[in-house]
Amino acid sequence: MKVGLFVTCLVDLMRPSIGFAALKLLESAGYEVVVPSEQTCCGQPGYNSGDRRAAQMLAKKMLAEFSGCDYVVVPSGSCGGMIRAHYPELLAEFPELGAEVEAIARKTFELTDFLVNVARIDSVPGQFSGSVTYHDSCSGLRELGVKAQPRALLGKVPGLSIREMQKPEECCGFGGTFAVKYGDISTRIADLKCEDAQSVHADAIVLGDLGCMLNIEGRLRRRGDSKTRVLHVAEVLAGMTDPSSDMDRRTGS
Amino acid sequence: MQITSNDFKQAASRKLADPKVQKALRNAKGKLVVARAKVILELDNFEEIREDAARIRDFGLLNMDVLLEEWEKRATAAGTIVHWAETAKEVNDLVIEIARQHQVRKIIKSKSMLGEETNLNHALEEAGLDVRETDLGEYIIQQFGETPSHIIAPAVHKSMDDIADLFAEKHKRPRLDDITALTHEAREILRPHFLDADMGISGANFLVAETGSSMIVTNEGNGRMTTTMPRVHVAITGVEKVVATLEDVSSLLRLLTRSATGQSISNYLSFTTGPKRAGDKDGPGEFHVIIVDAGRTKILASEIREALRCIRCGACMNHCPVYQNIGGHAYGWVYPGPIGSILTPAYKGIENAIDLPNAATLCNQCGVVCPVKIPLPDLMRKLREQQVEKNLRPWTERAGLRVWAWMAARPRVYGAFVRVASRMGKLLGDRSGLLHRLPGAGAQWTSGRDLPAPKGKTFRELYARHRGGKSS
Repeated sequence: MKVGLFVTCLVDLMRPSIGFAALKLLESAGYEVVVPSEQTCCGQPGYNSGDRRAAQMLAKKMLAEFSGCDYVVVPSGSCGGMIRAHYPELLAEFPELGAEVEAIARKTFELTDFLVNVARIDSVPGQFSGSVTYHDSCSGLRELGVKAQPRALLGKVPGLSIREMQKPEECCGFGGTFAVKYGDISTRIADLKCEDAQSVHADAIVLGDLGCMLNIEGRLRRRGDSKTRVLHVAEVLAGMTDPSSDMDRRTGS
Repeated sequence: MQITSNDFKQAASRKLADPKVQKALRNAKGKLVVARAKVILELDNFEEIREDAARIRDFGLLNMDVLLEEWEKRATAAGTIVHWAETAKEVNDLVIEIARQHQVRKIIKSKSMLGEETNLNHALEEAGLDVRETDLGEYIIQQFGETPSHIIAPAVHKSMDDIADLFAEKHKRPRLDDITALTHEAREILRPHFLDADMGISGANFLVAETGSSMIVTNEGNGRMTTTMPRVHVAITGVEKVVATLEDVSSLLRLLTRSATGQSISNYLSFTTGPKRAGDKDGPGEFHVIIVDAGRTKILASEIREALRCIRCGACMNHCPVYQNIGGHAYGWVYPGPIGSILTPAYKGIENAIDLPNAATLCNQCGVVCPVKIPLPDLMRKLREQQVEKNLRPWTERAGLRVWAWMAARPRVYGAFVRVASRMGKLLGDRSGLLHRLPGAGAQWTSGRDLPAPKGKTFRELYARHRGGKSS
């Protein structure tokens, strides 16, 4: 089975380790993983900003790049949701693409959803000594039903314990361009998320979307918390949470 | 009501910085959310009822013309006097005209958001009439000289202290500091007005086509008194409120009160079918219903039609992370929160509420709690598209998105750009890998947050090296 890994534009630019962690998880689950080298962005920024044409152009590009894969796996609920929940509407004006759109929507999975419900893995490569609290990112949760999957997988990580915050399902205030259009509202919402997460005194906040990670970590640090780590669920599951590990060494070059 | 939605950003900042508003919002926050979550567990098929409710509303909307005619026929047969108003001004003129015909001096009002739309109180006062809001929240707001900040909890932005001060000043009585005592005092003050009012004005939650009734859902009993005690009763309501049957109303009510206040049922459900009949103990001598368009049928024919399903429960705002932190006034018109972010531009013109459809994280918390399944984030996105089509977005934003999309469609150019961005980001970051100040649009980010810096190399370039390493 050939799995296409869509790393997402944000991971490509901001935190490549998440892409490598996803790669490791998929390979250790026994899949042949391809990473189309021309991939860029799923089109979500345009779609959510009202630039439908730009979004359509990028969605079509994505369709073509992943057409040969049995599955498309994305380490992000929001990009996964874009493809699964929104491509059909976005590309409805192109009936000739109907079958392809339907196919990619069907075969695209958020990473933890894929590992639990398709790969059905029963162990994960990572280990972690400490406690984590899991934030449910909105799109993954409400568009894809990602809720139990990451927790089930984290439960398999030796040494890790989960401490639930009070309101794990509350939005962190990121919202894509919302975060830079309405900075002060976004910051205030992030504050509430930080307070909730900090109240359980976990060693790390873990989640499945880099956008929300940047927002939560950014606010935590500005609030003066330099201790609580903010990690992507893929990094934890793959055992790639060591901040001192050098990216170049990790990639084996 | 005067629209100030294009002042959203500044207004929101003021609300964020206002300790009184913040305190009241924090106190209220979550109460209705928790109550709703608890009470929907009583229904073992909540999702099915939501589906059904959405269908009922859609049926009402798609058959509005037929149902309204049916309703009018039966209402008229029961003695109701039916009026049709296309604009807000027509509504106010009609009410004033009816008041004049009956030599009305004093009017009592139960809650009507449509009345807020038309600025009815102001128009009535201008016409020399004495108008008293009788819903406790609306009464408080009227005494403050403000407008509601929530559609079912109009004074939610006020703390008990604010209200205690207000009552002491307006009622000229000793200051109370207990909610029950304050409520009793308001009741005492209002009671004589109920008794000597000439006219009662109410809204209507639904119009029932099969019976010709209008109905309201209330908790305080003021609604029942408003619709029965004065000699003239005028109900004003939107064209979209019509449903086919009583059975439909019953289905919708199962969701409405649960979604709104977390009650299995409200204290009062008042159905009015015509004026007082011979032998009736009470009821108005004359009953008027004004059916209002004011922008609604325009939405019916548009791509955001689902917004008209709204049954005004307020669940979307109660659950909205933006509303929870800034309250309702910043939205700048009658309806705040997610549904207001759609109705305001739809009723008042898209160019008069530029921020509203954008001031949302699209978290869809509103969409999943909406009892009639209005896809609120999708509708906001539609309005964002309309803004782009009509060139209503700032040119910097449009250019930014265009450049981004142009590059993202050209992987080589894009790759080069992100490689540079990654290196620059790493260089500019501090020792712990954080960026503290960004220029341009990024300044909005770093005004309240740091940004974890890129790592100096992109995934794609590291992966290319990784593959190269593997194959060699």
